[in-house]
Amino acid sequence: MAIILKEVDAVCIGVGFTGSIAARELTKAGLKVVGLERGANRSTREDFALPNVRDDLKYAVRQELFQDTQLETVSLRHTPGETALPIRRLGSFLPGVGVGGAGAHWNGVTWRLLPTDHNLRTHLESRYGKNAISAEMTIEDFPVSYDELEPYYDRFEKLLGVSGKAGNLRGQKIDGGNVFEGPRQNEYPNKPLAMSMAGAIMEKAARELGYHPFRAPAANMSAAYTNPEGVTLGACEYCGHCERFGCEANAKSSPQSCILPVLLADDRFELRTHAYVKELLYDRQGKKVKAVRYVDTRSGEEYEQPAGLVVLGAYVFNNNLLMMQAGIGEQYDPVTGKGALGRNYCYQVSGGGATVFFEDKIINPFMAAGASFGMNIDDFNGDNFDHSGLGFFGGAWISAGTSNGRPIQTRPVPPGTPRWGRDWKKATAKWYNHAFNIGASCCNYAHRENYLDLDPTYRDALGRPLVRMTYNFQENDYKVREYMGGVLARIARAMNPTIMSARAIPRGNYNVVPYQSTHNTGGTITGTNPKTSVVNRYLQAWQADNLFVMGASVFPQNASYNPTGVVGALAYYAAEAITTRYIKSPGPLVHA
Amino acid sequence: MTGSYEGGNAMADETIPRREFLKGAMVGTAALAAGNPAPAAAQTPAAATAASADAEPLLTLTATEHAFIVGAVDTIIPADELSPSASACGVATFIDRQLAGAYGMGARLYRQGPFPKAKPELGYQLTLNPREFFRAGIEQANSWTRKTYGKDFDRLSVQDREAALKAMEDNKAPFAGFSSRMFFDALLQITMEGFFADPIYGGNRDMAGWKMVGYPGLPATYREDITKYFNKKYDKPPRSIADFS
Repeated sequence: MAIILKEVDAVCIGVGFTGSIAARELTKAGLKVVGLERGANRSTREDFALPNVRDDLKYAVRQELFQDTQLETVSLRHTPGETALPIRRLGSFLPGVGVGGAGAHWNGVTWRLLPTDHNLRTHLESRYGKNAISAEMTIEDFPVSYDELEPYYDRFEKLLGVSGKAGNLRGQKIDGGNVFEGPRQNEYPNKPLAMSMAGAIMEKAARELGYHPFRAPAANMSAAYTNPEGVTLGACEYCGHCERFGCEANAKSSPQSCILPVLLADDRFELRTHAYVKELLYDRQGKKVKAVRYVDTRSGEEYEQPAGLVVLGAYVFNNNLLMMQAGIGEQYDPVTGKGALGRNYCYQVSGGGATVFFEDKIINPFMAAGASFGMNIDDFNGDNFDHSGLGFFGGAWISAGTSNGRPIQTRPVPPGTPRWGRDWKKATAKWYNHAFNIGASCCNYAHRENYLDLDPTYRDALGRPLVRMTYNFQENDYKVREYMGGVLARIARAMNPTIMSARAIPRGNYNVVPYQSTHNTGGTITGTNPKTSVVNRYLQAWQADNLFVMGASVFPQNASYNPTGVVGALAYYAAEAITTRYIKSPGPLVHA
Repeated sequence: MTGSYEGGNAMADETIPRREFLKGAMVGTAALAAGNPAPAAAQTPAAATAASADAEPLLTLTATEHAFIVGAVDTIIPADELSPSASACGVATFIDRQLAGAYGMGARLYRQGPFPKAKPELGYQLTLNPREFFRAGIEQANSWTRKTYGKDFDRLSVQDREAALKAMEDNKAPFAGFSSRMFFDALLQITMEGFFADPIYGGNRDMAGWKMVGYPGLPATYREDITKYFNKKYDKPPRSIADFS
């Protein structure tokens, strides 16, 4: 029997970026908030200290900071007719665990969506015609427009201290920034990072081709920065250990480095680690989550924590799992198209890549910051280019540069080099410091057959079904990728390298083994229609008034961009609706 | 001792003092290689460097497995002017320790059944943990080389070792259960880990792997250097975790 605890004002499930932001805003509004984190506490001083924080094997390869698949994973099948099998070892994506969540071990790329990513369906239909979007492509508008979300993007960027250069300041286009971005009210809070050799080569080539190179927005501090919470972040050391690692210098924005110091000092907040949330106790009649049941992983004891308000800020899969188990919303069925829960699961399509080798240039790949440390172009992103007659929609952000030179995983060699032996050694020694990649991160638009539900066979350590992913790349994805492959090859040639390899990725199934991105999205999507979405524009569940779902699980589809900037902005947007409206008058914030 | 390799396990005589045992294993390898009508240049670099590799006591690998690993990693990363051989850099020791530890025992590996046959895009789907996988893989690799070349892998000439590994890489060596390519890929991966990981794990001795490519290791604080070394070779010698501990 679970031990029933005294009711609190609010519970945040997960203490990563969204949980921390929600808890901070709610405590500021006077609420007593409990943060339930399934993993252990993690602090910069204890857990991310030099020299061991540079242990490549431990963190990058043996996956120290990621979700432990011995306890919990997801299963995958490529089509609805197949039997799903569990992803037994993490590869393709790397969800986090512990205080800070994936926000502790991300690279720091902090995008805003393009305005046309926000109103995607409306935009494409108006530009290309009502029938341009196939019935299989179940893309939707975000119910919140770019202009509405702009102040919240700004707020999140200021929390993080994002380094970058505006390309559109209140409508004025600025060369050197991203001229395709939506209008920003303010410049980035921190100046751009130092220029890398790879970035300089990319900038020159992109300009020669008539493109618009710019620096990716980076939550890696180009200079020490004090955010509006009064927390000071250190300057980036360009150590090349961002993604998969914590930052010893608090120079990468994370819950630890940006917000937890103030949250943990607030008496209205209580952090409970090792609190593994097992289920939401749902009152279907009252349309409320009455309590959250969790297991203390140190004792096995179960607790029931009643709460007036629940913020579900776990990773995408757990957000879905907890909703599905509790039956908050109707499970999506790809055959009938009915039900919204689990609908529009999306990912990121990695657009192949090109590697360029320069005999006479020194790259120093190990001197790097995480956020695509180089130069980007957005000329082929979203609907920034005309898609008439192309046979696909969407695009990619393209970047050239290095994020690390850690040699267990980063050792580019020219095409045709054997993988081992004397010739491999020669090529590796010769080219390690003379090469870098050009990559394309492609959008992944929702497809009728890509969705999440509960696995009928495999279970997690708490005895719950695994989330089952039915997912594969679709025609649109292959076409975007093939198109971008051509762009990458063109850029590579313009760099005039000694050697180049432009790899065309053959069409094939989604593969869980090689790392692609931790940009899983959807399943509990935001929308205007409760029949096709799970949460409203304020991320409030249509079927449970006191439940707010945060994170990329609310994305109707995935743009090409890394999701964190959007996740943070939406968290602030929802938190404001809670504190200014919901707590004064609990009930649905949108009447469908 | 020379003949004691026959059968693959006859050396597991616990009455033989360990140093003697290791020397015997080395002599056995060298003698067999010498008995092979291979050119002198093909004399196994493994045998030449096994002394340093063997200097570390083993945690989990059997003598036969260890001999295989030394032979395999030294074929993957042979000694030349760029670095000593992998085993001389401690890579065999690294692999022994990894397989004996959490990774080898299946840490971060979901192991609930059922375990049906799966397409490769679904990733690793076997019941075996890495330690068990390497045991099964080494057994099969040796069994295949015995069938093909008449000897265990570690006693083949350098050329034959290269050919044998290539056959496994190309999936041309029939293994029961999992494919020889899958085994080779795992072997290649853990060898590279051992050659390039921080030396605290027993491999990358003297930071030989880092020196080979010019990776400076720690502390990796380049705030000043990032502009100073723009398009310039970073010339400071590498340092590792131990240098800061």
